[in-house]
This record gives sequence, structure tokens and C-alpha cells, in this order.
Amino acid sequence: MSFPWAKQYEPTNAVTKFLDEKLPLPRLVYNAVGAGYPVPRNLSYAWNFGVLAGFCLVLQIVTGVILAMHYAANAGVAFDSVEHIMRDVNWGWLMRYAHANGASAFFVVVYLHIFRGFFYSSYKAPREMIWLIGVTIFLLMMATAFMGYVLPWGQMSFWGAKVITGLFGAIPLVGEPLQIWLLGGYAPDNAALNRFFSLHFLLPFVIAGVVILHIWALHIPGSSNPTGVEVKTESDTVPFHPYYTAKDGFGLAVFLVIYCAFVFFMPNALGHPDNYIPANPLSTPAHIVPEWYFWPFYAILRAFTFDFILPAKLWGVLAMFAAILVWFFLPWLDKSPVRSGHYRPLFRKFFWVLVADMALLFYLGGAAAEEPYVMLSQIATAYYFLHFLVILPIISSIERPEPLPFSITEAVLGADDKAALPAGSAA
Amino acid sequence: MASTTDTAHTEQVAEGGVRRRDFIEIAATAAAGTGAIFVLIPLVSQMAPSKDVLAESTTELDISAIEPGQAVKAVFRKQPVFVRNLTPEEMTAAEAVDVGDLRDPQTLAERTKPGKENILVTMGVCTHLGCVPLGAGEGEVKGEFGGYFCPCHGSHYDTAARIRKGPAPTNLVVPDYEFTSDTTIVIG
Ligand code: HEM
Repeated sequence: MSFPWAKQYEPTNAVTKFLDEKLPLPRLVYNAVGAGYPVPRNLSYAWNFGVLAGFCLVLQIVTGVILAMHYAANAGVAFDSVEHIMRDVNWGWLMRYAHANGASAFFVVVYLHIFRGFFYSSYKAPREMIWLIGVTIFLLMMATAFMGYVLPWGQMSFWGAKVITGLFGAIPLVGEPLQIWLLGGYAPDNAALNRFFSLHFLLPFVIAGVVILHIWALHIPGSSNPTGVEVKTESDTVPFHPYYTAKDGFGLAVFLVIYCAFVFFMPNALGHPDNYIPANPLSTPAHIVPEWYFWPFYAILRAFTFDFILPAKLWGVLAMFAAILVWFFLPWLDKSPVRSGHYRPLFRKFFWVLVADMALLFYLGGAAAEEPYVMLSQIATAYYFLHFLVILPIISSIERPEPLPFSITEAVLGADDKAALPAGSAA
Repeated sequence: MASTTDTAHTEQVAEGGVRRRDFIEIAATAAAGTGAIFVLIPLVSQMAPSKDVLAESTTELDISAIEPGQAVKAVFRKQPVFVRNLTPEEMTAAEAVDVGDLRDPQTLAERTKPGKENILVTMGVCTHLGCVPLGAGEGEVKGEFGGYFCPCHGSHYDTAARIRKGPAPTNLVVPDYEFTSDTTIVIG
């Protein structure tokens, strides 16, 4: 589970000795995020985002449970109950803005966490399971966020629910009955709102459970690091506490400054004004878009405008899901034995092209469904799949990586005494 | 592992004999702790009554139709209020009691407004565990002392709604109210 030089937990007084025998919770904490967990000494701030994601999850659960104390999941009163939270409940405005902007912050942090994974190929052996669990978490987060957005029962809530459940309508044969079953009706109404509320309350706790698996899986090989060279000896590591509690704590403070700027000074900047209009089943808003964090996938969905063997609608839905499912195969698509992008000149270039492509998809997903955006979406979507399915496997077979340092210690200090012995020191 | 120059730097001791790292650690922990305490304020006070609930907290009542010996039930903060017009006999009975003998010593005058001693306004909430006592409605049991009787655990209140027998610790509560005219009261 951990490196042999990890410090051992020593209960010091009668109470901690008693606890350690009956339920060794302090030992667990000590070995997980305390001085008993050795971590590579060279982690950059790119390794901060996991802890920030964990913070966001707790933030969402706390503010969400509070909102649920005041919210009413009934199509007749849901919209008003949200206004009640905003106007009447003590600090209700803060709870709601903290939760709404918390969702955005969570996605910002998780996207950065994922792109860290792309650049440092954190998905490669021995960390495949961490990655697979991570992609599962991302899917759960998307489902949770979608259902949460329906709850205020404004225009965007209603039409979002209609359009997204409409995706399932694209499936041949069972599509339409499936959509009706999901909604419990022919259009979103009380039945849909109630089940979305129930599931929106449940899923964050499911995510919390899966996060525990994520971290459990992480603690078997331990974190990777900016060189991608695995830990060899004690001099490659420092104890998590106090080194990374302090570093993560500083990162958390910076995160909170930015987050609070949104919550207190521009709480609606990331939202859509149409959602302050009560749901109206008879009138669709002129420009309907999902929340910003779905935009790349929404752009992929809309890129398919022509029938080709299968109907265009079905292609769009398949491509949208495939865009995320392809991440599950990354550990086997990228065969290069070198992990870090810092030592992979060709991979590094294409990584930044992918970033630019994703940025374009982000922009296009929020744009109107007209030219030239549709054509650009088609090109960006094509490149997206090309990157993962063709470019990445080719790079990993033709690329000549740059020399790796012998060890983390050498990378940090410029020399490692132990490096003199094996032939690998030529690196 | 750490180079010697690195250690020398971090072990630097300022003039007051305080290590730089210790200072930063204490300052950072204190700032985070203070912040966390402030965050608790909204988390706790969101459960207190909201603005719309507070806005419901006054009740205006026309008492002109209550005949002596009758009582009405009104609602104040989603709880019953008893307004009773005492008969002269009930008032004498209440005044005849030796206040010193009471569990919660109070005179009738202390529980009513000057010049309006016959109008007794109390919460209809037993001070034991919150049931609604009987005695305000037509034909209800009034208990051994002719006032109110709580059927849940058998508390008897007298004509001034003072606890006389049973488990309740105090008299029925007299809410804040005032006469805005001869025949109207505003509770709350
Ligand atoms: C609720 C969401 C998530 C939480 C709370 C979370 C938490 C964490 C934490 C605390 C770490 C260790 C610190 C770090 O490396 O940043 C970590 C590592 C990792 N996470 Fe996540 N994570 C989440 C979502 C994801 C997602 C969506 C993915 C991928 C799709 C992912 C993939 C990884 C990988 C591959 C590592 C190992 C990185 C390395 O050591 O190089 N995680 N996660």
C-alpha cells in the first residue's frame, strides 16, 4: 500500500491507544493524508486539483443539503420555493449562489484535473484503475449537474430536461417509450421533477463513495509526478503532512478567492437569465444552451446534421457519449512507456492542439446552431476523435522521447548519489 | 535529502526568537480557523425562522363579540391563543387565591392589562409538553379549578390560567399584546 519507509503511526496516550485497538481511524488518516503517506517531493500545483475537487464535493453536499431544507420539489411551487430561498430564508441567497457557482467551480477543477491526467499520462500503468474510476465519477457528475439544473423549474430547467431526455428518444425502437418512462409522462412535469430531485440528492453521496475507491486505488501505486519517473527511494518522497497539506492548503486559499469573487460579485455570470422565467411548456426560449460545462459535448451532439446509414439524431447522441467513453480506452490507446509530456516532444505538441480543439468545442457548444458554427463543430468533432483514436496511437509508436532523469531526486537536486551505479545513469 | 543551504534558510530565527515557519503556520491556521467560524454563521442561522414566517408573527383580533364566560381561539405564530372574557365570579375566584401558594406566583392583574382585567389572553399551549388544553370551547372540560385542563398529562389551570395541579411547570404564557382600541387587540 505504501512505501516501506513510510512513518508508522504511534498512539501516544491512553485514548488514542484505545481507539487504535478498537477502530483505528486516526491511523487511517495518518496513513492517508498524514505524515505516514510518502508523496513524490516534486509535485507541482497540477496535483492540487484532486484535493480541490474533494473540497468542491463537500461544499456541494453541505450547501445542497441546506437548500433541500427549504426547496419544494413540486411543479406548482418549485420556482416560487427557489425565490423564497433567495428572498426569505436567512442567508438563502448565499446558499443558492454558493451551490450554483460551486457546481461550476467543481467542473473547472475537475476539467483541470483531467487535463493534468492527459498531459502527464496519469492514466498509464500502474494507475489505470484510478483513471477508469475517475471517468466514472465524471459521468456521475454530469448526471447530477443536469438534474440539479432542472430543479429551479425555470425555462432553461424545463427545456433542458426536455432536450436531454429527448436524446434517449434517438435510440431505435425503444427510444420513445424510454423517454416517456424517464419522464413519467409525455413532457417534463411533476413526476419528472420529483424523481430528478430524489436522484439529485442521492448521486452526490454515490460520487463520494466512488471517490473513496478513487483514492484507495491511488494509494496503491501512489501519485505520479511531473517527471513521470516512479519513486525509487526515500529521498524521492516527502511526507504528505506537513508538506502537501501546506501546499494544498495554499492552493485552496487561491481557489477560494476566485470562487468567492464569483459568489459575491457576479453570482449570475455563469447562469442563464431565461431560467428566472417560470417553466412554460408552450414556449421554447429563443436560444437554448446547457450550462457551460456541457458545451464541448453539446457541440459534438449538434455536429451531426446529415443521415448516414443511421439517422443524424442517433449519430449525434452516439458521438456525444462516445466522446467521453473514449477516455476509458486511453490507457491502451497511448502505448508510449514514457508518462510525462515534458519528455515527449511530439505528444506535447498534439496535447496543445487537443486543448485548442476542446476550447473551440467549448465555444461552439455555447454558440447558436447556425453557420459557420455548425461546420466548425463538425471539423472540431472530427479532430477530437482523430486525436484519441489515430494520432495518439501513432505518436506513441513513432515518437523518440527525450532522456529521462534517473530519479525524482536527480530531477530536483541535479544529482542522485545512487544514480552513479546502474547503467541507466547515462540518461 | 534537503540541501544544507535550504535548511539554514528555513531555520532562520527572527529577532524575537520566533522561527519564520512557526509564525507562518500559526498565522495561517488562525486565519483559516477564523474564516471557518464565520462560515458557520450562515450555516446555522439559515434554520432560524425565515422572513415570511416572521411576517406572520402578529395577529389582530376583534374581541367585541366575546360575552362574559366565553372564550375564543385565535392563531398566533401557527399556535392557538385563548382570549377569555372572565365573569365577575371567575375574577373573584382568581383573586381569592393566595399567590404565595402558587407554583408560578402571579396575580390576575399581572396577567391582564389595567382596566381590562376581565380579558385574559394566553397561549393555548400547555407549558408541560405543548398540547392544547381544553376549556376554551363551548362545553369543554375546564378542570378542577374552572379554567383549563390539559388532557395529555392532566394539568389543571385556574380561571387566571395559572397552573394549579399536574405536571406543567408554569402558567399558560401571556403573549405580548396591546389594545389598539376598546375592542381590538394586536398580539405579537
Ligand atoms: C469528484 C471528483 C474527483 C475527486 C474528488 C478526485 C480526487 C483525486 C485526488 C485527491 C487525487 C490525488 C491528488 C491529485 O493527483 O490531484 C486524484 C488523482 C487522480 N485522479 Fe482524481 N478526482 C476526481 C475526479 C477525477 C476524474 C474525473 C478523473 C479522470 C477522468 C480523475 C483521474 C485521476 C488520476 C488519473 C489521478 C492520479 C494522478 C497522478 O497521480 O498523476 N479524477 N484524484
